[in-house]
Amino acid sequence: MIFLASLAALQEPVGGSHPLAGTVADLIWLVPALPLLGFLINGILSLTSVAKVGPTDPHAHHEQHAHEGHADAQYDDNDAPTRHRHAKIVSIIGPLVLWAAFGLAASIVGVLAGANAEAPFIRSLFSWMITGDLSADAALQVDQLSMTMTLVVTGVGALIHTFSVGYMQDDPGYPRYFAYLNLFVFFMLVLVLGANLPVVFVGWEGVGLCSYLLIGFWFEDKVNADAGKKAFIMNRIGDFGFLVAMMLLFANLGTLDFLGLREGALQLGEGSALVSAICLFLFLGCTGKSAQIPLYTWLPDAMAGPTPVSALIHAATMVTAGVFLIARTSFLFALAPVASLTVAVMGGLTALFAATIGLKQWDIKKVLAYSTVSQLGYMFVGVGVGAYAAGLFHLVTHAFFKALLFLGSGSVIFAMHRAYHATHKQDDAQDMRNMGGLKSFMPYTFVLMWIATLAIAGIFPLSGFFSKDEILASVFARRHESTLAEAHWLGIPGSAVLTIVYAFGLIAALLTAIYMTRMMLYTFHGQNRTGEAERQHLREAPWVMTGPLVVLGILSAFGGWLNLPEVLPLGPVGMLHHWLEPVTGEPALHITKGAEAHLSHATEYALIGLALAIAVTGIVIAWVRLKPAALVPKEQSPEAEGLERVLAHKYYVDEVYDATIVQPTVGISRNVLWKGMDAGIIDGLFVNGSAYLARAFGWLGARLQSGQVGTYAWILFIGVLVVLGSVAFR
Amino acid sequence: MIAESLALSAALFVIGAVGVLTRRNAIIIFMCVELMLNAVNLSFIAFSKVYGFSGQAIVFFVMTVAAAEAAVGLAIIIAIFRHAQTVNLQNINLLKG
Repeated sequence: MIFLASLAALQEPVGGSHPLAGTVADLIWLVPALPLLGFLINGILSLTSVAKVGPTDPHAHHEQHAHEGHADAQYDDNDAPTRHRHAKIVSIIGPLVLWAAFGLAASIVGVLAGANAEAPFIRSLFSWMITGDLSADAALQVDQLSMTMTLVVTGVGALIHTFSVGYMQDDPGYPRYFAYLNLFVFFMLVLVLGANLPVVFVGWEGVGLCSYLLIGFWFEDKVNADAGKKAFIMNRIGDFGFLVAMMLLFANLGTLDFLGLREGALQLGEGSALVSAICLFLFLGCTGKSAQIPLYTWLPDAMAGPTPVSALIHAATMVTAGVFLIARTSFLFALAPVASLTVAVMGGLTALFAATIGLKQWDIKKVLAYSTVSQLGYMFVGVGVGAYAAGLFHLVTHAFFKALLFLGSGSVIFAMHRAYHATHKQDDAQDMRNMGGLKSFMPYTFVLMWIATLAIAGIFPLSGFFSKDEILASVFARRHESTLAEAHWLGIPGSAVLTIVYAFGLIAALLTAIYMTRMMLYTFHGQNRTGEAERQHLREAPWVMTGPLVVLGILSAFGGWLNLPEVLPLGPVGMLHHWLEPVTGEPALHITKGAEAHLSHATEYALIGLALAIAVTGIVIAWVRLKPAALVPKEQSPEAEGLERVLAHKYYVDEVYDATIVQPTVGISRNVLWKGMDAGIIDGLFVNGSAYLARAFGWLGARLQSGQVGTYAWILFIGVLVVLGSVAFR
Repeated sequence: MIAESLALSAALFVIGAVGVLTRRNAIIIFMCVELMLNAVNLSFIAFSKVYGFSGQAIVFFVMTVAAAEAAVGLAIIIAIFRHAQTVNLQNINLLKG
């Protein structure tokens, strides 16, 4: 019923008569085009500086001068010897395109908010694929969901680009870095703005490519290049699911436009095996891109890339693409309670599982990586139980505080690295055992990272408190009076499954508070373990890096105001929820059977109190139990024992995958596919075999050509007899 | 009458064919080929009794071709003899693979 109502609304003609037509929203194509422009310029700068410039190559010579401009003379005087000669112009173009895109996106959001548009505004650029029944335009979709994501991508992206100027400026590959980063933003915007699945898929693959390029940015080190390959290949597994889902949708509905899919979704049949299969295949794609069990292992390894990359791609934007995709196709997931429960269960499991690993990591970025995996699990719990706005709310707040945490850790690593560099010490600049007591050296970073830590732990009134609480409350509320509660998941009643997921969420919240406090304690509190000489060189990062941290700190602190719960009316209530209503409102209502999922105020207060108590307990446990003073630098640390060792080795999941999947695959590839199939059958039988066969026939033919005319005559005679015989006795 | 003519034609053809297949002297093979041609001529003549005169017309063509063939064939055999000092075809096997 609800869907039929939405169908009527959607059938209004879009395009010319849409309220957004003729406004600044027509320029939506410029939002992704600006980072693409940045990519082209930075890419050219990167390429032209590699080529040797000489009189024999007048073209390259000319191009370089065109880009250097008047600033040419200043380069050699001021800059460090390793600094790239185009560093200055790159520092301007890289962040500038992002800020411009952000400004444009913000003005489009302003128009969108004023227009109060129920139907999405589709801006079709050109018809892209028309083959048979398939017709897909290169079309961008302006609606509340895509613009929310666009704001996050361009806004947080712009801050991280600015931070990168300080972090990466002295890297010899600086223009290449910004080229990749700009290209990533372009693809990410294509992903979130795409009006049909193929366009989204282009963005989906593109961000995977840029992720690969940036993880392996320092590819001279084989470990980094391998981490890039691992990320790329594991994403490929997920992409298979995405593709299959896309083909199933096309085969059954004959369209891939989100508008058309939404109209036709009911034809798939509510709760049918088909729609469940489609949703599960989509979710497989999401597990790859968003690092959920079973495809999460690439994300911690992805920390091999530069830290701002980890902040932008592997925390704030790309890894949330899966959450976005589920929200985008929520009209399908709402019809498939089993698939939705699967999403919630996998999300809950991942949240808990990754949080336990995060307890025992020493690398500051690894802690944050597992924290990201865990928080993504929360988002999937949110979108899994049909609380799409809650999931996206956590996506947004997480983008704020996790970007802040990663950039803060970037500042710390930057300072540590600089200190080691100054004293020529070779040590691990990312290991927390080598840090400690940094609060007196880096006061701004210290305060800002505590804000983010309290936010992620869920302390009132910071952003993470509101978003995490809304997800948990949604799970709690949907245990009754929802399609999920009535469905069965592997034979277990849905309400029981949701209770378990809720418990997972609570335990994970406790662990989150513990491991984040642990990270802060070991990094910033206690004695400094960096070393006597190195300590002299520990300093706060420059303002170009600390500035974005401050902005993110404010956002992390007050991001909760985007979507205040009804029981805590500190301002406008449920803004994000109402904003997203045209996109995710109907599917969410479908899951809760038409009624807004409401808990009594008393219950909500109890849940909030519980969540807060758990967060505080976690912080207190960590604060009391952990003794930073007992830590020794990495080189003198003993191996962990027992359960700690299992956690420190991430449950040996990588080893298990290696033994059960990678090694058998390599073995089969080597012995069956290579030696058996390729060398044996293809080379041996087909290639060489056909040569042998031809030679054998040639030998026979040569024997026949004896030169004896008599023999020829006999053959002729027999041939005539055969022909005549076959004619006569036909 | 026609049956006897055809029987003679067939007999001559088989004699010619067997000669071509079994003998080794080029001259004799050549003569056997001529025999086969004339066997065919004979059957043409015999059939013309039944089917009209076109058979007899074809016989003239065959005789003309046979005459030309005899000229060319004998010339080749002479050339071979000059080259190899023999007309035994078993000894002439330059065209082998």
